[in-house]
Amino acid sequence: MAESAIPIVEIKSVSKIFQLQDQKIHALSDANLSIHKGEFICLIGASGCGKSTLLRIIAGFEQPSAGEALMWGRPIVGPDPTRGMVFQDYALFPWLNVRANIGFGPAARGLGGAEVRDIVDKFIELVGLGKFANAYPHQLSGGMKQRVAIARVLANDAELVLMDEPFGALDAMTRERLQDELLEIWQRTKLTVVFVTHSVEEAIFLANRVVVMTPGPGRIESDNALDLPRPRDVASPEFNAIRRVLAAKLHSHHAKKAA
Amino acid sequence: MAIVETGPMPAAAEEAAARKPARSTWTRLKPTVLALIVPLLLLAFWQVATTQQWTRLIPTPYAVAECMVDFAVGGIFDDAYSGTLLSHLLASMSRVYGGFALAAMFALPIGLMIGRMPWARMLLDPFLQVMRPIPVTAWLPLSMILFGLGAKSAFALVCLGAFYPILLNTVFGVRAVDPKLFEAAAMLGCRGNAQFYKVVLPAAVPSIFTGLRLGLGLAWFVIVVGEMTGVPQGLGAVIMDGRTLSRTELVICGMIVIGLAGYLSDRVVVATGNRLLRWSPNHHG
Repeated sequence: MAESAIPIVEIKSVSKIFQLQDQKIHALSDANLSIHKGEFICLIGASGCGKSTLLRIIAGFEQPSAGEALMWGRPIVGPDPTRGMVFQDYALFPWLNVRANIGFGPAARGLGGAEVRDIVDKFIELVGLGKFANAYPHQLSGGMKQRVAIARVLANDAELVLMDEPFGALDAMTRERLQDELLEIWQRTKLTVVFVTHSVEEAIFLANRVVVMTPGPGRIESDNALDLPRPRDVASPEFNAIRRVLAAKLHSHHAKKAA
Repeated sequence: MAIVETGPMPAAAEEAAARKPARSTWTRLKPTVLALIVPLLLLAFWQVATTQQWTRLIPTPYAVAECMVDFAVGGIFDDAYSGTLLSHLLASMSRVYGGFALAAMFALPIGLMIGRMPWARMLLDPFLQVMRPIPVTAWLPLSMILFGLGAKSAFALVCLGAFYPILLNTVFGVRAVDPKLFEAAAMLGCRGNAQFYKVVLPAAVPSIFTGLRLGLGLAWFVIVVGEMTGVPQGLGAVIMDGRTLSRTELVICGMIVIGLAGYLSDRVVVATGNRLLRWSPNHHG
């Protein structure tokens, strides 16, 4: 996937310290990461490892305490439509129906009504919600809500899709379906995805790069390229071998502390 | 391991389908029937209590009904109150809705400001919180001094009564917006002041609506107090006059009309709310 030399996003020795009353929390320490076009990167780690913080820095919701976060060589100063975020709890606008939620970004960019309608039609079809176009979020299941959240980011022409444990709140069967659908969309649209998860299996199933992070302070433990052929079989021996290696890396900080 | 598949049970399903229409009639009538039980029991008790002469202070239901008909269309007693219901009702309604509209006109923008701007909160909130515990009735004497005996005073009291529920619910609605929605809007390209119109206002609408509903309810509540102050027209005035004239049936008639008018006005608000807030799962009154 190293077809283009210039990364979309570059994270250069980024640290993040949160001030909580008198306590300083070292959420992220000296993180380095380059994201290239077309990659599917999974950030994986236990809670407190800084994976969500890193994602939020890339999104522009947080500013690094030290280091640089760059997009196309320029500092990321705030949230921007080029970097779309899919939240675990959907964060759909409850007063807008499915159509209007997906059309929110295009409308905010000032596109005309007909143009917005065409975009919405296209992405509603892409995520298979044609029948629910006029439903409100509270009438949808969790899986459908997350489809809307994905469509609304894609409809906004995001170059980079950031996903913060997007399938964490879904039941196992819905999660598997959405994983398949996400991969299909990624392959079809040549998206670039950064996906935060705490499931090793999910990471291996989806990613072509798995970034393992460890807590206390949060840091990047290793960056692992995966070249398993797709579609991947979670029950295959190759899959399990990788799972074992990554699980060991994930728990490496325990061993270090014990020593 | 074997998996045994069992088909659906058609007999049971058909039976359920056959039972459905009978049940749906009852389902439709049930709320009305249940809602009528308590008023009818009360009416029966009233009838018994007055015909058995347990008390002579309360007129019989029949006397009240007779008075109500005369109050509404006239032709029975031909006194000062015959056929005047509509003019009293309109007088009260104009004060209720006028005072309510004036209250909303002030409470909504102030509430939005207090909810969104820290300096507005620091400027206004302490003052308004100190004024809030003063009951509307305590304002009555001052309002009489300021506005004199008459409709203006009633208008001012209604306005004061409706102000706080609208204000407080607006502030709450604005401040309770899920912070995630601001992030979602920002990453979709909606920033700064645009967020106020596209996120804050729509998110606060259910709360604002609750405030308007409570405010209108209180306006009907306060109108009687407001019309005690020497107003010739209005349902509050009718009730107070009825007491002075020892016409208890007229007092009860006035109470019933206020109750019904307040109820109907609330139903209109709720129906509007249900239409406007179809998106909100917990906003169906």
